[in-house]
Amino acid sequence: MEAMQEKFEEFQAQIDALKNKTPDNKLSMIVFSGDLDKVLASFVIATGAVAMGMDVVMFFTFWGTPVLRDRNKSAGGKDLMGKMFGAMLPKGTGAVKLSKMNMAGMGTAMMKSLMKKKNVASLEQMLEMAEELGVRIYICEMSMDLMGFKREEMIEYKHMGFAGVATFLEEAQNSKIQLFI
Amino acid sequence: MSEEIKADKVMDLRGMPCPMPVVKISKGIKEVEIGQVVEAHSTDPGSLTDFPAWARTSGNEILKTEQDGDVIKFFIKRTA
Repeated sequence: MEAMQEKFEEFQAQIDALKNKTPDNKLSMIVFSGDLDKVLASFVIATGAVAMGMDVVMFFTFWGTPVLRDRNKSAGGKDLMGKMFGAMLPKGTGAVKLSKMNMAGMGTAMMKSLMKKKNVASLEQMLEMAEELGVRIYICEMSMDLMGFKREEMIEYKHMGFAGVATFLEEAQNSKIQLFI
Repeated sequence: MSEEIKADKVMDLRGMPCPMPVVKISKGIKEVEIGQVVEAHSTDPGSLTDFPAWARTSGNEILKTEQDGDVIKFFIKRTA
C-alpha cells in the first residue's frame, strides 16, 4: 500500500514537471516597429490569435512605444531631450507613417483612404477591438524613460501594464508562438 | 439526397476583410449552444482557407461550405 502511494506521488511529480514544460496556448509579441504597416500587421495577428482561442500579450518597445501615446494628453517636467523626442516621434496611432512609400505623408494618407474604402480596420479600431478581446499590452519602461515619455501621456487601455524584459521573457517562454515585429 | 441544414443563427460578415470574419465568428459561435449551427456569410476570399483553419484550431465543425456568387456560406456546428 505504501509502495503504491510512493509510486503515485512519483507519477504526480512527473505530471507536474511535464505540465511546466508544455507552453500555454499563448502568443507573445514584441512590437518594436512604429510603422503603420507593421503595427497594423501586429494587431491583425493579435486579434486573429484571440479568435483562434489564444491568450495574447503584446510588448511595445522602442519605436513602438510612441504609437501608444494619447494625442490629447501631454506631460510636463521634461528635459530638453525628452521634449525633442516628444515633438519628433508620432503622437499616437493617428500619426504613424508607412515604412515604405510615405512620400512626405501623401502615401500614408492614400493608404488610409484605401483602407477605409476596402473596410480594413484602422489602427484606432484595431486597438479598440484588441481591448474588447482582452489582448494584454505591456509598454517597455526603458523605452519610456529613454525617450522621456511619462505614463500620464499614454492611452487609456484596460489591460495595460508597464514592464521590462523579464516580464516579456516570462510570458514568451510559456507561449506557443513568439513574434518580433 | 442533400440534407437541408437548419441554422440556429445567421451571421452577415459580408464586406469584412481579414481578420474580422474569424474574429466575429469566434465570438458568434459562443452565442449558440453546443450542437447548434451558425450560418456565416463572408465575401472575403481568404475565408475559404481561414474558416477551416479556425474550426480545426477551435475544435468546431464546418458541416458545409457553399459558394453563392461572391458570397461564401459556411454552416458551422458548435462542438467546443
